[in-house]
Amino acid sequence: MITASPKPIKEIIGLVEPYQKILILGCGTCVKTCFAGGEDEVAVLASALRLGFKKKAGSIQIEEMTIERQCENEFIQEAAAGVARNDAVLSLACGAGVQALAKRFVKDVVLPGVNTTFIGIQERPGIFTEECSGCGNCGLAVFGAICPVTRCAKKLLNGPCGGSQKGVCEVNPDTPCAWHLIIERLTALGRLDSLRTYIPPKNWNTSLSGGPRKLIREDHIL
Amino acid sequence: MKAFSRLHETLSRGEFAVTGECGPPRGANKEVINKKIKLLNGFVDAVNVTDNQTAIVRMSSIAASAHLVAAGLEPVMQMVVRDRNRIAIQSDIMGAYSLGIRNILCLSGDHQKFGSQPDAMNVFDIDSMNLIRTVRNMRDTGKDMSGFDLDTAPQMFIGAAANPFADPFEYRVIRLAKKIDAGADFIQTQCIYNMERFREWIRLSREEGLTEKVYILGGVTPLRSAGMARYMKNKVAGMDIPDEIIKRMDGVDKKSQADEGIQICLETIRELRELKGVAGVHIMAIEWEEAVGQIVQQAGLK
Repeated sequence: MITASPKPIKEIIGLVEPYQKILILGCGTCVKTCFAGGEDEVAVLASALRLGFKKKAGSIQIEEMTIERQCENEFIQEAAAGVARNDAVLSLACGAGVQALAKRFVKDVVLPGVNTTFIGIQERPGIFTEECSGCGNCGLAVFGAICPVTRCAKKLLNGPCGGSQKGVCEVNPDTPCAWHLIIERLTALGRLDSLRTYIPPKNWNTSLSGGPRKLIREDHIL
Repeated sequence: MKAFSRLHETLSRGEFAVTGECGPPRGANKEVINKKIKLLNGFVDAVNVTDNQTAIVRMSSIAASAHLVAAGLEPVMQMVVRDRNRIAIQSDIMGAYSLGIRNILCLSGDHQKFGSQPDAMNVFDIDSMNLIRTVRNMRDTGKDMSGFDLDTAPQMFIGAAANPFADPFEYRVIRLAKKIDAGADFIQTQCIYNMERFREWIRLSREEGLTEKVYILGGVTPLRSAGMARYMKNKVAGMDIPDEIIKRMDGVDKKSQADEGIQICLETIRELRELKGVAGVHIMAIEWEEAVGQIVQQAGLK
């Protein structure tokens, strides 16, 4: 999933302050799963804002709505009337959702209510970890299905740096060394020797270095 | 075969080589470099010039290395892949060679999180393994990474780092083999305090035939105080300082701790000289260049 975390309430107040009528729009897929932008978070944020603005004696109207996915037009359509009724949309979707709304509602103000963080998983309840950078050229087969491009702080492709001790990354003691995990896993699979193979420089052309990417599926173009 | 540098020449003669270290200043003051040059000149075969070590912004290693060249002291220019993409890397290597720099040490680089500007974006376009290979390919094929024929390819003596004290231990020898395969001519190791583990690493490297393929210089850092020993043990990534060393430093009064540190360093060097497969010593006297002359003389190295 794409994970996100709520923006601090102070920042959100600053964003919505110029507007009278605000639609808080949740997204029922990834950000719901990571507790940042589903209907529960929409309700909590709406209450917090109502409370915050009451103190300031401002008159502000807040409408709550959550759609299944803000990154798909057929769901976005469900929000059209709500968007039209309000001065601004505070989207609790990921950055893709926010921009999809802006593409669909060209003349409306769309504001981000969360910070999009990464592509990851819920490793343990409440703990989310980054697993994929979407580099566009997956090498997981070589690395025992553990991604060093994403999970090594130095994106090392040919083994751990000198700062890996006791299985922990030097950058953060809470982060396991990805290379330690790769070596452990390949050892268990009896494939450690495969790490003797030299991995050439990565072609970043398929990643963000090549500019914003586009995926074209000719077979699905109407 | 022609030697790429004086350090290369020394090592190929089978002489026990000595390298030192010079950290460039946090500023543009050339005099800081000149002062360090005076302290090191005559005592070492070459001097590593660090590249924004611990991710703290300093005078560039290329410029500082060029100052050493001008003073007749041979630099080992360190280069990290943290701050440069492959375009800048190749360009800087060519520039360095044109300035008379003949040795390079290829490193990943300390993560910027440890530095003075942790908000910076890192690069890590290629890793240290591929940096080694890039320098080697430029030297041996005369081409850059795109395959373009260079008008005068840089011909450098290529170094890499090894940390026998990092984990997983078993993989450290595989990694060394990979670095040699990539083109490393010499290796400088992380500071040795845990002799037992170092001996084991050298033994495994010997068994794999690696010590025949590469010159290994054991790294040493004289401890200046018990406080420094504790700091390095607890705060510096990849460092392994056994408790006995800390106890030994604690066991002497504050005024004599620096002398004790030098004694420990001399003992380590003595052991390294006896060890088959060790071709030299790399003395990293961090902001304590004054100690290098004393260590070299007392160890009977020069």
